[in-house]
Amino acid sequence: MRHIISILLENEAGALCRVANLFSARGYNIESLTVAPTEDASLSRMTLVTRGSDDIIEQIVKQLNKLIDVVKLSDLTEGGHIERELMLIKVKAHDGQRAEMHRLAEIFRGRILDVTDNTFTIEVTGASDKLDGFLSAVNHDDILEVVRSGVTGIARGQKALHA
Amino acid sequence: MELTGAEIVVRCLKEEGVDYVFGYPGGAILHVYDALYKQDAVKHILVRHEQGAAHAADGYARATGRPGVVLVTSGPGLTNTVTGIATAYLDSVPMVVICGQVPTKLIGNDAFQEVDSVGITRPCVKHNFLVKDVTQLAETIKKAFFIATTGRPGPVVVDLPKDVTAAKTEFNYPKKIKMRSYSPTVKGHTGQIRKAVELMVEAKRPMIYTGGGVILSDGSKELIELTRMLSFPITNTLMGLGAYPGTDPQFVGMLGMHGTYEANLAMHHCDVLVAIGARFDDRVTGDIAKFCPEARIIHVDIDPSSISKNVKVDIPIVGSVPNVLRTMIEVLRENNLKPNSDALAQWWKQIDEWRAVDSLRYQHSDTIIKPQFVLEKLYEVTNGQAIITSDVGQHQMWAAQYYHFDQPRQWINSGGLGTMGFGLPAAMGAKLAFPERDVVCVTGEGSIQMMLQELATMLQYHTPVKIVNLNNRYLGMVRQWQEFFYEKRYSMSYMEALPDFVKLAEAYGHVGMLIERPSDVENALRKALAIKDRTVFLDFLTDPEENVFPMIPAGGGQNELLLAGRDKMVSTHEEGMVLV
Repeated sequence: MRHIISILLENEAGALCRVANLFSARGYNIESLTVAPTEDASLSRMTLVTRGSDDIIEQIVKQLNKLIDVVKLSDLTEGGHIERELMLIKVKAHDGQRAEMHRLAEIFRGRILDVTDNTFTIEVTGASDKLDGFLSAVNHDDILEVVRSGVTGIARGQKALHA
Repeated sequence: MELTGAEIVVRCLKEEGVDYVFGYPGGAILHVYDALYKQDAVKHILVRHEQGAAHAADGYARATGRPGVVLVTSGPGLTNTVTGIATAYLDSVPMVVICGQVPTKLIGNDAFQEVDSVGITRPCVKHNFLVKDVTQLAETIKKAFFIATTGRPGPVVVDLPKDVTAAKTEFNYPKKIKMRSYSPTVKGHTGQIRKAVELMVEAKRPMIYTGGGVILSDGSKELIELTRMLSFPITNTLMGLGAYPGTDPQFVGMLGMHGTYEANLAMHHCDVLVAIGARFDDRVTGDIAKFCPEARIIHVDIDPSSISKNVKVDIPIVGSVPNVLRTMIEVLRENNLKPNSDALAQWWKQIDEWRAVDSLRYQHSDTIIKPQFVLEKLYEVTNGQAIITSDVGQHQMWAAQYYHFDQPRQWINSGGLGTMGFGLPAAMGAKLAFPERDVVCVTGEGSIQMMLQELATMLQYHTPVKIVNLNNRYLGMVRQWQEFFYEKRYSMSYMEALPDFVKLAEAYGHVGMLIERPSDVENALRKALAIKDRTVFLDFLTDPEENVFPMIPAGGGQNELLLAGRDKMVSTHEEGMVLV
């Protein structure tokens, strides 16, 4: 099953390496990983998407907790949560295609950020499957470049992850 | 008063009560060596290879329970310690390694003797630090000792650029340290402990299985009290030997791949398993699918990630062993709970039948020295009181089987990583800690040659240990597997061109003895042990093709243990052949 794990970790050099190292050393897979400082400059917030059986997820959570730099973590998929990913996509937009591409972007609530004579650069945000949906809606041959931020997320309700 | 970083390092070591540092100087760490020179509170042991420094510090730590301290230079100094660091990591030994680094300005520049020490050691340390600012130095060293010695212990590396050791700042050593990201659970959950105790007293075929965690946490006293209160059978892992007296009737011997018949069968047939400070290692469990099929399992461990890692457990208890066992004892007492004595009597009857098989029996010989015989005699001659270190291989298993350890911290070996070369420097570290005790390194002609150079260190610092070399001219454990599983194709397992160990010992300033006949074994050991002030190298020429029994072939279950003289040694199935 797919899990989104949110981690608060000390904003120290090498902290990211420790997490990445753990996954490669123990053979766990990382689907996506994002990390950035928080409002508290001494802490980074990492969001990690992984897949595995319940036993493997249990081990991943325990092993992450064991890392000295990890202050707190939570498996967002255990409760209600909001998941967001940002995608920038550069597509071919020749005369005959422009209206169709524009319409498609609107359906997915995308924003066209940059325009040239024959390309659009579109921003789409949402849960990962929505971005997947947009990608499959666009003719594959028309895609010039895709960049995705990886998933970030936060729990619904009053529960907050803090140090 | 302001101190240099180098002086701060030495002052921190003093504050931590460190008496010995094991190390080797070099360019990047020279300021610290200069600071060491100017004081005499911390003594430095100059090894001959940095791997020896890490193993010696490790031996010291295992013998005393205090952290071992290593001081090395950058680059090759650090890379040479990596095997020693990994050895300590796999066996959860508290250790602090301080290594020099090129100046901060040169980091990343491929400077002379530069490696990414933090990167190289990251997968085999509990934690590591790169100190970039001298004002952070004292607190970082405090954290290093705190992390290394608390929770599940382990090695911590502090990487120290040369300019940081030259820079000056006020010295303030924090008395206590609190880290928001690290606070191991010590006290076990009372509700879980109660549930565990209830299950234990209901058990009809209970079994206690304990590991290195009992020794690391100094939980032996509580373990003995609890086990005697319950009259349960108890087995120890290789790392746990000595936590419960090896000569006690409730002790059924070591378990696992080369454990006793009674220990392995009792594990297989038990209905309640109490695992304490053990981690269900593959050498213990054999095939997980066949492991303890009828048992409900209680697991006490300080490391939550050890619980349900290999084997799903029914009652997990996270906490330190002595703490949890103390509570178990109190719960038993306060509620006047008693185990099921009728069922226990039946169970013991069954165990005694298994015990009568005498699975450690071996063929004696008048003409050729049997390695087991040397260990039996060593046990007698030292009255079971010596600290025994070992290297890795057949001799290690025989030492574990035939030297009945009655005390914790008496048996020092590399169980997790299985590092050949560990025994000799570890013996040196143990002897420095306990100069009055007999320290014996049980080794083989393969292992000993991986750390021979430390014989010089042992002369320089006067650490008179006894080296029992079971010399069978083979890499014995490799040869044993090749005999059983590779149709006797002894690929690269024969040791040719061996040195004359007697002359070699003498060349290093020690006493050398060659023993070739069984009738000379006891006298040689007595003579060697009577020489209190010299290191003695006893080179025993042993039966070259002796095997370690019993044995669970890779991929087998604990009930598929094979016995000497009874069973044909074959792998249980093809999948077993890809296991180690």
